[in-house]
Amino acid sequence: MTADRVRATVGVVGELLITAGVVVGLFAVYTLFWTGVETAGEQQALEREFESTDPEPPEPSVEAAPPQAPPPQATPEPLPGDAYARMRIPRLGEDWNWIVVQGVDLADLTRGPGRYPDSAEPGQVGNFAVAGHRATYGEPFAYLDRLEPGDEIVVEREGQEHLYRVSTSYVTGPDDTAVLAPVPREPGATPRTAVITLTTCHPRWSSEERLIVHGILVGTSSTPTATGTQT
Amino acid sequence: MYGWIWNHLPGPTVLRVLLVLSLIAAVVGLLFTVVFPWAVTWLPGQDVSVE
Repeated sequence: MTADRVRATVGVVGELLITAGVVVGLFAVYTLFWTGVETAGEQQALEREFESTDPEPPEPSVEAAPPQAPPPQATPEPLPGDAYARMRIPRLGEDWNWIVVQGVDLADLTRGPGRYPDSAEPGQVGNFAVAGHRATYGEPFAYLDRLEPGDEIVVEREGQEHLYRVSTSYVTGPDDTAVLAPVPREPGATPRTAVITLTTCHPRWSSEERLIVHGILVGTSSTPTATGTQT
Repeated sequence: MYGWIWNHLPGPTVLRVLLVLSLIAAVVGLLFTVVFPWAVTWLPGQDVSVE
């Protein structure tokens, strides 16, 4: 009787261990592969959302306005998770093309890189700040460490294309909110230029530190698609 | 454990195989839609913003 019971117990324990192994394996598949599939689906939906709302043809008078001019029409603040802008970073690949969403909560960042809600708008004087995953969920910022000074960061929003060039990148602590200041690292200073800030985790697969990339606006033009729709 | 489940499934072998497959599908579906999305937030590297 005892020998049978031992055998049965060992059998159940063995089955549970095998089950646990299979579940861990499935979790690895989920983390490394499936989150990317889900994010790719979200990006397709965001792409349609962006294309349907974004190319508002810019008013002709706006194009000659200096970058310091206030936005021509007050656009309502987008809701968390909504498509906000398109970002392209040629250094990370010609097809590196992401729809940035509004917000940096975990739920927002599963859809794509997210804009810090209180940061400046692209092209505006101040600091336009974006966070993105470096691993899982399509890992948009996986290779952010490859950016070098002078590399292009292109941001499209509302029919305008803003070209930034990378100025610096460095690693800092997870609570270093000074990188988001209108003048990065100088909280309280009055901004005179438009800058962009990208944040992600560092090292990859760790939350110990943050990798920060700053860029400076070098030019704004209307997007070819936006002008093309004007007749 | 799995033997016990197999023995308690009704019907001929073909039906049992179909039932087992649908059970597996249900469990995997639950893992991918509920359990894993919760578990992944505990992985390191999920905090990408400064705050």
